Amino acid sequence: MRASTRRPFSREQRLTIIHGMLMFVLIVLVLQLWLLSATMNAWLGGDDSSVWPAAAASVACLSLNAGLYLYLVRMERMRKGQG
Amino acid sequence: MVADSGPDPRSPIDPAINTPGREGLTGTAPASLYAPSPDREAITIAPDFAPLDAQPAWRQDFPVDWPQDLYVERRDFMKFLVLTSAAFAVGQIWIGVQNWYRRHSGQPPVRRIASVDDIAVGAAIGFTYPDEQEPCLLVRLTVNEFVAFGQKCTHLSCAVIPRPAEGSFYCPCHEGRFDIRTGVPTAGPPQRPLTRIVLDRRGRDIYAVGVEQRTA
Repeated sequence: MRASTRRPFSREQRLTIIHGMLMFVLIVLVLQLWLLSATMNAWLGGDDSSVWPAAAASVACLSLNAGLYLYLVRMERMRKGQG
Repeated sequence: MVADSGPDPRSPIDPAINTPGREGLTGTAPASLYAPSPDREAITIAPDFAPLDAQPAWRQDFPVDWPQDLYVERRDFMKFLVLTSAAFAVGQIWIGVQNWYRRHSGQPPVRRIASVDDIAVGAAIGFTYPDEQEPCLLVRLTVNEFVAFGQKCTHLSCAVIPRPAEGSFYCPCHEGRFDIRTGVPTAGPPQRPLTRIVLDRRGRDIYAVGVEQRTA
């Protein structure tokens, strides 16, 4: 879409978008919590094979969440710029 | 035939059909129909969705736009969740760093714990291994059978108490129990076995030569 035809989302649209994002972030967060507890349990038990793969997966989850948040910031900036 | 009873009061017709703003409009359309409507973003919506005139005076003085308020709340909550996500990722990396240190710390030292004569059958003595911060227990099960385990409960690191008569280690914090021969949890919240200390008997002396951590 060309920049000239873009317009900021309305209030209702923004609320719907942020609800969707929150659901996604919450699910990813639960996954990260499980990952942390499972890795800690395995590592304390002497099994360190999953330490770095789990760390990589957790960082990937974080980048997903941070990317969504950055999208939110960009969405607001666009609204303020055109509002 | 229906008698003409005047204009319908339910849909009043704008009488001023010749006003300058109405050029090109049909006679039944109200003048306000094509008037520019206010920006929806600029309209303050109250929590009960009633118009501002119907709101109490305090809310008229200090109106809060409800959709915007909900949006800001959720945005802040999302910021908190992303920070929590970052904390989890940092925790995961911290485990990796600790693992690196553990791998590079080398083999645990060989250390004499006790003499066979120091401990009676069915008794236990405490020692530390591989360093001073790791309390352990040496238990003599039979005349020639010795076992040693870390004393920290694998639930929340409380000190376990040996109960050779019951055949178990007992954790008083949360009623956890471990088998005295294997260190495997048999009751309570602990999920992992106790850390096993590898023993070596040299003549009359018992040495600790290694540490074995287990998941099951």
